[in-house]
Amino acid sequence: MKIRGKVFVFGDNVNTDEIIPARYLNTSDPQELAKYCMEDARPGFGRRDDIKGAIIVAGENFGCGSSREHAPVAIKAAGISCVIAKSFARIFFRNAINIGLPIVELKEAGEFEEGDVAEVDLENGIVRNVTKNREYRIQPYPDFLMEIMRTGGWLEYCLKTLKE
Amino acid sequence: MTLAEKLLSKKAGRPVKPGEFLLLEPDVVLANDITAPLAIKEFREHGGKRVKYPERVVLVPDHFTPNKDIKSASQVKLMREFAKEQGIEKFFEIGRMGIEHVLLPEEGLVKSGDLVVGADSHTCTYGALGAFATGVGSTDIAGFFLTGKVWLRVPESIKVHLTGSFKEMVTAKDLILKLISILGVDGANYKALEFLGPGVANISMDGRFTVSNMAIEAGGKAGIFPVDENTIQYERERGIEVEPMFPDESATYVREISIDLSTLEPQVAYPFLPSNVKDVTEAEKERIRIDQVVIGSCTNGRIEDLRLAAEILKGRTVAPHVRCIVIPGSQRVLKQAIKEGLVDVFLEANCVVSTPTCGPCLGGHMGVLAEGEVAVSTTNRNFVGRMGHPSSKVFLASPAVAAASAVKGYIADPRRL
Repeated sequence: MKIRGKVFVFGDNVNTDEIIPARYLNTSDPQELAKYCMEDARPGFGRRDDIKGAIIVAGENFGCGSSREHAPVAIKAAGISCVIAKSFARIFFRNAINIGLPIVELKEAGEFEEGDVAEVDLENGIVRNVTKNREYRIQPYPDFLMEIMRTGGWLEYCLKTLKE
Repeated sequence: MTLAEKLLSKKAGRPVKPGEFLLLEPDVVLANDITAPLAIKEFREHGGKRVKYPERVVLVPDHFTPNKDIKSASQVKLMREFAKEQGIEKFFEIGRMGIEHVLLPEEGLVKSGDLVVGADSHTCTYGALGAFATGVGSTDIAGFFLTGKVWLRVPESIKVHLTGSFKEMVTAKDLILKLISILGVDGANYKALEFLGPGVANISMDGRFTVSNMAIEAGGKAGIFPVDENTIQYERERGIEVEPMFPDESATYVREISIDLSTLEPQVAYPFLPSNVKDVTEAEKERIRIDQVVIGSCTNGRIEDLRLAAEILKGRTVAPHVRCIVIPGSQRVLKQAIKEGLVDVFLEANCVVSTPTCGPCLGGHMGVLAEGEVAVSTTNRNFVGRMGHPSSKVFLASPAVAAASAVKGYIADPRRL
């Protein structure tokens, strides 16, 4: 599973209220949510033409706050291919795994700049900054979570393995 | 074993260790009018026909109710029809409902020892009862509908050792704000907070709910209290008999923090993080002019909170330029507040009193802030745009500080009115 895209940089503690403000939560339609993705962190982000396939790079504790799965759903539906952060808040992390949005914890996330091209190789645990020609090793997911990711998400995993 | 390990071992039917992944069948599963519609949609898209354990599901439309617009009304309609179709009896309409985390313990729908997962980050509130309760997402709820199971990683625990008792006008809210300032907003990420020590006996059940509620604001997976005499009494009032539960002497904690409750001052969390905390004496010096006060929410919408606010507002009035919104956390709390004359106090003081709703806490309705406006709120988050316009500001505090600030028109110390 290799992902390549242009980088958009965000800071620390980007919370789910910024990722998808509650004023847009009266729907759960992914395409509607996508339009307001990252709205209170960077107004208009979800409506840009150049975010399809792009990669969000952020600091510590990305996705803190509310449990709203609408946050990773909005990011995924907006066409973002992966989120790289120094760390993730717990519920955002599980939501992303559950819906099959690739996310990567990378301590050196701060070395990326806006507009760099990043490449993520999840199976082999490698992140590259193509623009700066740097390469980083990442901790692979625990087996259980990797299996959920490979299956395409928690419900796909449930259907495959749990439902009698 | 820690409390978290004990609770999860009991569910797993064998001793478990931090770091293990478990597939467990929770006792109670919860979703609200934001998170349930997404879960229902995913359940159906994945071929779901019958919910495996409808009797374990609780659905509470509380965020945008009484419905603020057509879209939110449609979301609740979807929930209501799903509840009927699936035989989910624990669906709560307005007039019978409450904010989920006030309602469930009050009605005895969650109890000590339970494993509770909820598609709401403040599900950790029930840790106050000595339950393992944690917030998850909508897909987790859909997975439960399909299979009756959720996946959980056993967390490491942080011990919060409490001694002493609160001084006058200092509350459980001040304790948890102080703790978040010590830990930072991710200091307990992936971990359980466990509140232990002789100080626990001096914290009321309503206070414990406030403390456990905001464990998530330090990133905590859970915020668990032992089951002691206070808990046993609280459960008995609801017809539930439970056994005491404490961690083992030999339990391993990754970190230990000690707090003497008698040294705490009223706290104020400045925008834009709940960890951005100062003593109220510092805040008062800054004369921070406010436009709105909110007293309520899953954090501070219980009867003790309203009693404290009323104690301060009695015989006083809200400053002319301030709007003060009081939101009892449940129908039962509202009725009790009327019976005790608290609602009269609020109305005489020129507050508005609302039906239970999450409403303004998340900038939903019933008190959304305009550009540049400032609020003091007893809620749990003060992120950018949380209560309305991205340039508005929320200061978090206890009901005592909130009520005193409403009277003064700026952030004020309740002990110096």
